[in-house]
Amino acid sequence: MPTVTSEKKRPAARSAGRPAPELIFGDLWEYDPSPETADPRLKARYDHFIGGRFTAPASGKYFDSINPANEAKLAELAHGSAADVDAAYAAARKAFDTTWGRMPGRERAKYIYRIARLLQDRAREFAVAETMDGGKAIKESRDFDVPMAAAHFFYHAGWADKLDYVAPGRKVAPLGVVGQVIPWNFPLLMLAWKLAPALAMGNTVVIKPAETTSITALKLAEIFQDAGLPPGVVNIVTGFGDTGAAIMTHPVAAKVAFTGSTEVGKIIMRSLAGTDKKMTLELGGKAANIVFDDAPIDQAVEGIVNGIFFNQGHVCCAGSRLLVHEPVAAEVLAKLKNRVKVLRIGDPLDKNTDIGAINSKEQLGTIERLVATGVKEGATMFQPACKLPSKGYYFRPTIFSGVSMSHRIAREEIFGPVLSVLTFRTLEEAVEKANNTAYGLSAGVWTDKGSRILKMSTELKAGVVWANTYNKFDPASPFGGYKESGFGREGGRQGLLDYCKLA
Amino acid sequence: MTRLPITKTPKVYVGGAFIRSESARTYPLKDAAGNFFANIPQCTRKDVRNAVEAAAKAGPGWAKRTPYNRGQILYRLAEMLEARKADLADALAVGGASKAAAAKEITATIDRLIYYAGWADKYEQVLGNVNPVASPHFNFTVTEPMGIIGLLAPEEAPLLALVSLIAPAITSGNTVVALASTAQPYPAIVLGEMLATSDLPGGVVNLLTGYRKELVPTFATHTHLRAIAGVANAEERKALKLGAADSVKRVKLAQAEEPVDWFSDQAQSLYELRDHLEFKTTWHPIGA
Repeated sequence: MPTVTSEKKRPAARSAGRPAPELIFGDLWEYDPSPETADPRLKARYDHFIGGRFTAPASGKYFDSINPANEAKLAELAHGSAADVDAAYAAARKAFDTTWGRMPGRERAKYIYRIARLLQDRAREFAVAETMDGGKAIKESRDFDVPMAAAHFFYHAGWADKLDYVAPGRKVAPLGVVGQVIPWNFPLLMLAWKLAPALAMGNTVVIKPAETTSITALKLAEIFQDAGLPPGVVNIVTGFGDTGAAIMTHPVAAKVAFTGSTEVGKIIMRSLAGTDKKMTLELGGKAANIVFDDAPIDQAVEGIVNGIFFNQGHVCCAGSRLLVHEPVAAEVLAKLKNRVKVLRIGDPLDKNTDIGAINSKEQLGTIERLVATGVKEGATMFQPACKLPSKGYYFRPTIFSGVSMSHRIAREEIFGPVLSVLTFRTLEEAVEKANNTAYGLSAGVWTDKGSRILKMSTELKAGVVWANTYNKFDPASPFGGYKESGFGREGGRQGLLDYCKLA
Repeated sequence: MTRLPITKTPKVYVGGAFIRSESARTYPLKDAAGNFFANIPQCTRKDVRNAVEAAAKAGPGWAKRTPYNRGQILYRLAEMLEARKADLADALAVGGASKAAAAKEITATIDRLIYYAGWADKYEQVLGNVNPVASPHFNFTVTEPMGIIGLLAPEEAPLLALVSLIAPAITSGNTVVALASTAQPYPAIVLGEMLATSDLPGGVVNLLTGYRKELVPTFATHTHLRAIAGVANAEERKALKLGAADSVKRVKLAQAEEPVDWFSDQAQSLYELRDHLEFKTTWHPIGA
């Protein structure tokens, strides 16, 4: 099938041989610092949240939570042990049996609505805390993470008394206690994604935030208290991988849900092989972002940047493989480089910052290793010559061109601001390359043609397909992967069904 | 002199052809009275891999058939069974089923096929939806078949349980590799003949006979099987789940320790179909 758009459809300027007008960003002036100054109201020490109370760890041990933007200590977090996890499950079981599991849906709904509203009330405070804790740019935590977290609670609250419509033909019932482990890339938002559907369905929860980003979870626990949420409905245990393993394998857990790497997802699958626990996994990705020659190029360039540099590329559905149609490959790459040159990297709390800090020293090391592999394997690397802060973990936005499908940077999830650019000639080749991966979480398609969008969406083996946009999320829109990107969906009617049993 | 009847050589139905095991091994099947009945193919791991290859070849074409067409083919399959009820009754009798029990199982099996035939062009309307997102996008969620599904039939209800597992998987465009009851494999052999005459493309359903112990490990670890379903004992479930982790396979297994009532209405449902579906959400821009 010929997919090159006929010449007469090209913009007049380009077909006349004149260069298309270019956006000039320039560096004619310096930006003054513009830090967000709202008080994040952090405590010096955060305990677990078990049975409605902040509870010291049984071991008495704490660990430091670091601000990755400047390596300063933010707070101490409780190091969870098996005893803490046991206590959390006991509290969750009790809440399920005595309050939450018996409560009419309309009453559960009101609690969840309250959480949404109280989070909106304190949105800026949470955004600042999220940025300090995880390193993401304040404009993202302010405009995306926190409002989207509130939206998830608000959306799911309304389902709590309408569960008869979730599974037509069947009655649904909650599972009981659900164990959840979430990653560090969207700490508060992932918490909301996990909690909101579980609570709406009438389950109670034991959840572990990531060790580098636990603070907003514990701040949300303050909101649970303010909302009068019955004790034990949500229990938060902080700690490392061993704490997470204790949550996943606990005998009281009727179901476990995990978001994180495919590697850890597989370990969890193995550790639960001898049980009949229900499971949903939202794992890694290596998404193709596919640009056809008839795409609105300037818009596509913005979409490519958003696709891979959003949240420093710490996004499981990041558009980390750019597939460009050959006729426009040079133009797209040139415009992309121009755009990347003016991205602002630095203090995440600065309102002008586009790319903040890498979440941890460990992750920075992983990114550096894979980028070195890209260079070694012969891809051409481009990085803008921007200054990086002297303290903290930062990595320049990186574009690899001349990448082939066999390169490690085209196959492995880097989870950082690193884009691999490949080209294609026909739609079939684009589909073949996009699908040639063990992952299948998401994909992007850029074209002016509606029928081509639908054709691509049909062919791509991915759970989410964005057309002429990227990294869009909504509580009503189910999210989750094919193949080794996991199973189960989060959001929408489909997501709720993963938190119930059918009678 | 009485005429000596021609006995049938049991062959398994794989890739649209009737084959013996590549290993040329068989195991003897005795009838209910304890007399030799026939030699059943003792399929091997290689047979599983070959069947997966056949299923992979048939997959894209089957998934692209219109739902209306798939519905008609399932209905046609029911027609084939209805016409050969006597053959199926004889096959079930080998395992000791009484006339009445066989008749009950056969009619339930045919009705099950009709049930799923009807779902073929409807489940999408119930399981998928348009999502009201807060941006100018037409956002919709549709289902897609997972691909190749590995099915492990239980020992009991050798016809009904097998069909109850196969039908929901293929209704939505998946292809299957199914291991029949080891103790009562003969109904699956006869079923293959009906599959072959039902307009169902070769390779959509691949039936194997043999020993579970030998074949379960390959079902567990074959990365081209996207899901495993059926009935398994505790040891098998653990092995299958361990193997599934290597490629993040979807596993939905009933417990062999707790017998399933395959005749009940609970044994057929839209949600059996759903278990073999992926959900895909598309964000389509709205604008000029």
